[in-house]
Amino acid sequence: MFDHESIVSVLGLIVITAPVLLFCLLGLAALVDRKLSERTISRACQISIVTGLVAALGILALMLLDETRHETIELGDWVIIPHYNFSVKFIFDRLSVPFAILSFLLCGTIAAFATRYMHREQGYNRFFVLYAMFVAGMVITSLAGTIETLFTGWELVGLSSALLVAFFHERPAPVQNGLRVWVVYRISDAALLLASIVMHQLHSHGDFDLMISGGPWPEGHTTIAHGQALLLGFLLIVAAAGKSALVPFSGWLPRAMEGPTPSSAIFYGALSVHLGAFLLLRVSPILEASIWLSAAVIVLGLTTALYAYVTAAVQTDIKSALSFASLSQVGLIVAEIGAGLRYIALIHLLGHACLRTLQFMRAPTLLQDYRVLENAIGSRLSHPQGAWDRLGPTGFRRWLYRFALERGYLDALLTRYIVNPFVSLFRWCDAMERRWTDFITGQVSRESDLLKPSTPQVEELP
Amino acid sequence: MTIWSIPWLELAILVPLVGSLIVGAFRAPMRAFTWGLCFTGFTLFCSVLAGLSVYLGDGSDGVHWTIQTTLFGRRIFGLDDFSAPLVPLVSLMHFLTALATGRTKMRRFSMSWSLASDAMRIAVFACEVPWVLIGLLIVGAGHGLVELINRGKPIRVYALHMSLYSGLLVLGWAFVDLDVNHRTQSAWATVPLMAAILIRCGTVPAHCWLTDWFEHASFGNALLFVTPLTGVYAAVRLVLPIAPDWVLQIIGVFSLVTAIYAAGMATVQREARRFFAYLFLSHTSLVLLGLELHTPISLTGAFSLWIAVTLSLSGFGLTLRALEARFGRMSLASFRGLYEHSPALAVCFLVTGLASVGFPGTLGFVAAELLVESAIEVSPYIGLAVVLTSALNGIAVVRVYFLLFTGTRHTSTVSLNIGPRERFAVLTLTALIFAGGLFPQPGIVSRHQAAVEVLDVRARCCESEVPTVVHANHAPPSVSADE
Repeated sequence: MFDHESIVSVLGLIVITAPVLLFCLLGLAALVDRKLSERTISRACQISIVTGLVAALGILALMLLDETRHETIELGDWVIIPHYNFSVKFIFDRLSVPFAILSFLLCGTIAAFATRYMHREQGYNRFFVLYAMFVAGMVITSLAGTIETLFTGWELVGLSSALLVAFFHERPAPVQNGLRVWVVYRISDAALLLASIVMHQLHSHGDFDLMISGGPWPEGHTTIAHGQALLLGFLLIVAAAGKSALVPFSGWLPRAMEGPTPSSAIFYGALSVHLGAFLLLRVSPILEASIWLSAAVIVLGLTTALYAYVTAAVQTDIKSALSFASLSQVGLIVAEIGAGLRYIALIHLLGHACLRTLQFMRAPTLLQDYRVLENAIGSRLSHPQGAWDRLGPTGFRRWLYRFALERGYLDALLTRYIVNPFVSLFRWCDAMERRWTDFITGQVSRESDLLKPSTPQVEELP
Repeated sequence: MTIWSIPWLELAILVPLVGSLIVGAFRAPMRAFTWGLCFTGFTLFCSVLAGLSVYLGDGSDGVHWTIQTTLFGRRIFGLDDFSAPLVPLVSLMHFLTALATGRTKMRRFSMSWSLASDAMRIAVFACEVPWVLIGLLIVGAGHGLVELINRGKPIRVYALHMSLYSGLLVLGWAFVDLDVNHRTQSAWATVPLMAAILIRCGTVPAHCWLTDWFEHASFGNALLFVTPLTGVYAAVRLVLPIAPDWVLQIIGVFSLVTAIYAAGMATVQREARRFFAYLFLSHTSLVLLGLELHTPISLTGAFSLWIAVTLSLSGFGLTLRALEARFGRMSLASFRGLYEHSPALAVCFLVTGLASVGFPGTLGFVAAELLVESAIEVSPYIGLAVVLTSALNGIAVVRVYFLLFTGTRHTSTVSLNIGPRERFAVLTLTALIFAGGLFPQPGIVSRHQAAVEVLDVRARCCESEVPTVVHANHAPPSVSADE
């Protein structure tokens, strides 16, 4: 009556729809301005996460029992016209199922933590809307069988992350940091969109299964030519670098810590920061089609690891230190992917995500524990000098310290050579336009120039 | 006689015209508003049925009984696959803009004026005769001028550009009429038309009229004037069928430059209306670019993006208008902190803004994908530029969201949340954006059909030596493969 395939299909659909329905419920309530109670939100999160997790575990059990390594759920062509199709497909294999389970597990833990941590916080509802968007994005990304589906989840994760960084939006710093995170994510999204189109150009579709043949993950090799793989791989590496804060996009990661602790834990310590590595794992056969791509991934990973290690050593707040520690491990995971160690990279990723979640959630109370400890002993805890402290001449050590303190000058370089010239150029164009319209009008042409930065009085009521 | 035999299109033009005359006679603003809303609502009803008649009616044009031949001696207005969804869209914009008008703005938002412009825009989007279409486009431009004069604002920038546009339009089409043979080769005909379209679409460097228009016109009228993308419509009807490839390439280059330039400008603006104007300009240019690539996929993408942009930017504009109604002109020089007072407006702002840049799950997502795909097919650099534009627009939207809704909380003793009518208007648009985004197939297929039809008209006009017509229904018959 119920064969293996139909059970997997039903469970697979539950895995996908559970977080999507949660997002729809909370999102719709926000859209129509209906405030749900904390209890309702908490219950909805519990039901959604537990349902999704149980279904995902069910699929894993079925796949282990039947020794199947690759299941697909095709929801058909979302759009199909001559010369173009957009199919929605989900893959359940040794990469996606563990990652989906990890997402459910960590998101569930964080939801339980956040319901208490955010209790009576003014933005409670907003936090959980963004949380639901993030979970939906993570699950869609991890199970995506086509690059378009992956892109959908990727964008949801990006938007929710940026808005969560700016969660405490009464202060300017979180908002500015949120915007910066969004800018980097847009670069990453643009690269992924281009990669998606290149895939379509090469194969007339964005299906990973058709692009990668020769067996289920982690086996398989790509059928595309070396030159084509180079272009596609480059775009995918840029996309992954932006999402995983690899060098030179690392500057956003400590900035992202401005968000509430639950979001920092889940997004930047555990899941979001690993999404780039996950993408590289998914397309690893494409990377292996070119030795240059593999080498680039290894170099990128090791550079990031080294950078994060050095920078983490001088951080003075616990969340930033943890974020860089997390980044150093992500760098190593990426290097492992470049070296073709796919299973090791996956296991490393899963273990690291769990450890960091624990550390991030422990961070606020750890500080309190330290305070109690120091009060008890009556002095500061000692910090023994490491071997590195005696390495190299003093000048070099000072330079290295400054370098680490300034986080490798990455943000400063980005601001000086990209952001500032960009803003200056367009401000100059704006000034030229003003002169031109003033000249034609023969008077001041812009009413908007006379506006004050803020108008506290209410002009008129609707 | 079936429901489709009723001349819905003629009614959709006549009802607002009659309504404009009746409402113009009322002195009380509230009474004029109520009656005006009824007329606009009925116009929407008629135009939806007129649009549906193309797909569900017995004939391809959907009109069986018409008074046009009696009045004009020939048929002037009709719908085809391309214009069928645009006419209801224009009516919807008018209805929702009128509906979302605050009570305090009713004195300034003339219902009679709005109804007249509704009739004129529907007529533009349904017009089959080139000279009548040109006349209507020029009258439409004059309509804007009257608005500026009535408000006592500077008119020179607008008047200069629109005069040039009108003159070039007439000049170009005069040469088309003169040069019946080999019209596709005639630079005398196509270059003035191309220039006219570039000016009307606000292509760089002739774009200053659009930002100036947003500076000086009332926000509601400014929105209604630009969001239906009348300039792009003129390009499809007047230029695309006859222009040689090099003319289309020039338009494409200008559109691409404008798309990037406007997106860049949107990211640095210090005032909300100007930001909106540049965002709109960038999107219009992307639609125009899709047209000029003139492949079935690019046209499908452009036509889909057209609808997506109209809906999402109308919603976005109405949200900004609602904010303006509460706080006056919005400076973007500092954080405004409006979220806690207007959370629903913040959500609507973000949803409609991101929908305009093709966020997944919204109407523009597949359209943007199609456009990028077709652009890359023509040249990877064009594809890269389109993606860059989209990324910049996304950054601009979120930047302005942060500037308006975050920061130290704005203090007020009265509720500044969204009103019921505004909420209905924005939520209707949001529902359409999501419905089209989650179930895109019918819309994309319809736009693909329209794209094929437009390309067919172009192919037939290039081959034939009979005078050009603007509608597929009236294009010369194509030579079948068998023949």
